[in-house]
Amino acid sequence: MSTSSETRPPEARTASAAPRGTRLTLRGATLGRPGAPAVAEVDLDVAAGEILTVVGPSGCGKSTLLRTFAGLLPTLDGAVEQDGRPVPGPGADRALVFQEDALLPWRTLRANVELPLAIQGVPRAQRGEQAEAWLERVGLADQARQLPHRVSGGQRQRAQLARALAGRPRAVLMDEPFGALDAQTRAGMQDLLVEVLHGTGATVVFVTHDVDEALFLGDRVALLGSGRLIAVRDVPRPRERSAHDDPARVALRRDILTSLGT
Amino acid sequence: MSRYPRRTGRLALRAGSLAAALGLWQLLTTLEVNVWLRFSQFPTVTDVARAFADRLLGPDYWTDLTDSLTRIVTGFLLAAVLGVATGVLVARSRLAEDLLGPVLEVVRPIPAIAMVPVAILLFPSNEQGIVFITFTAAYFPVLVSTRHAVRALTPMWEEAVLTMGGGRWRILGSVVLPGALPGIFGGLSVGIGVSWICVISAEMISGQHGVGYRTWQDYTIVNYPGVFVGMVTIGLLGWLTSTAVELVGRRLTHWLPRTSYVPGARPRPARTLASTVEPTKAEEARDEHLV
Repeated sequence: MSTSSETRPPEARTASAAPRGTRLTLRGATLGRPGAPAVAEVDLDVAAGEILTVVGPSGCGKSTLLRTFAGLLPTLDGAVEQDGRPVPGPGADRALVFQEDALLPWRTLRANVELPLAIQGVPRAQRGEQAEAWLERVGLADQARQLPHRVSGGQRQRAQLARALAGRPRAVLMDEPFGALDAQTRAGMQDLLVEVLHGTGATVVFVTHDVDEALFLGDRVALLGSGRLIAVRDVPRPRERSAHDDPARVALRRDILTSLGT
Repeated sequence: MSRYPRRTGRLALRAGSLAAALGLWQLLTTLEVNVWLRFSQFPTVTDVARAFADRLLGPDYWTDLTDSLTRIVTGFLLAAVLGVATGVLVARSRLAEDLLGPVLEVVRPIPAIAMVPVAILLFPSNEQGIVFITFTAAYFPVLVSTRHAVRALTPMWEEAVLTMGGGRWRILGSVVLPGALPGIFGGLSVGIGVSWICVISAEMISGQHGVGYRTWQDYTIVNYPGVFVGMVTIGLLGWLTSTAVELVGRRLTHWLPRTSYVPGARPRPARTLASTVEPTKAEEARDEHLV
């Protein structure tokens, strides 16, 4: 049963395996590198399948938060848990998407997307098939055999998204993935992300310094600043472009900007 | 019209420069010029060419050639494998750095050729000693450049593979080795050059057969054209092997972004429309070929 599901294209497979998000929790956690704590006393619970966006000024510890969830950084104090169990270290069920240049430059886009599949031991033929399917889904079918430096920054980020999702992670941790893109490309990428995430059921923690991006994508927004977690707010009507002028959304936006001190 | 003359033009220039150097040599030696520098005892180009032709027909030349090549290839390959291995180890493991670092740093400044006494003491045969010296010569450049290249890797690559569930060996095979390859080949290019210097010197001191041994023999029996045949042979072999290393390196690192910038080429003032448009076309075509 599980082997036959592997051969199906990602669309069908992910839809059938629907609720496969994971719950991520920080309990009284102090985050940072040894000797240089960035954020202290964080209590944060990310529900399975939720999209949580994290905003804050640069240097406030947003990336530290993501790396802690990924298991790359141990907490200095307190605990980080996945579904109630301590996170032992990095693993395939929590994929990380970086701001830029995280694709391996000597691999073609397709080979980059195949990498997580190879690590999971998917047979070669299926690897290629699945990678092609993912690239097609993010609109890169024609660029599959290009090296990363041969395509545009937006295309590289799309390939990175495909690579992260190809490994079928239960959580996707995104570190300002669209931060280096121009406004136009950015809006397109946000729509693509919403579309591609649909049906994967994955939990998403999305770090950004753009409040509008945070409000568009997140079910909830976490505000990070001056070394602590300031607040976590529910977003009315997430992922609706038309909700931009919603009075509740406008008020929340004003609130967030005030508490971030801008 | 577009790319043909440019390419042959450059080839002709290179051939011409070589021919001019040989011509000057021939002129100075046949005229037996003695103006502070003394060319009267110096063999002429034709003397050397004749000696070369004789050697090519004799059996010793090819034995010497294969002996030297076997020594350098063995020593160099050993150095490449072990140099990369220790370089990666020292760069990735603090324990390895503490254990091996001090020893390597003390041995590194010793010129490989100064290892001849050590080689004579250690190895039962001259042959092994020469390979050892060739190995030592190439080992350190490879080690040092590997170490630097591994340390300079983008940490993001490793983090990405870790969050895909990749382990230590996956990171080594998919990130560290391919990512360090451009730097490693820098070390291999330097290494093959130093290896030649040392294999020739070692043969001169303790060899039986080999280009270095033959060259030194010719010198002791005052056969100057023979000495020059040896020198030319060394030059050609060195050029051949470093080109091979260079080509393999370029092939393996074909993914490196290359600009279409040509060193030293300036945009020339436009004379006619044709002369401005066509060179850029040729440039593009060549870039495409490289990548």
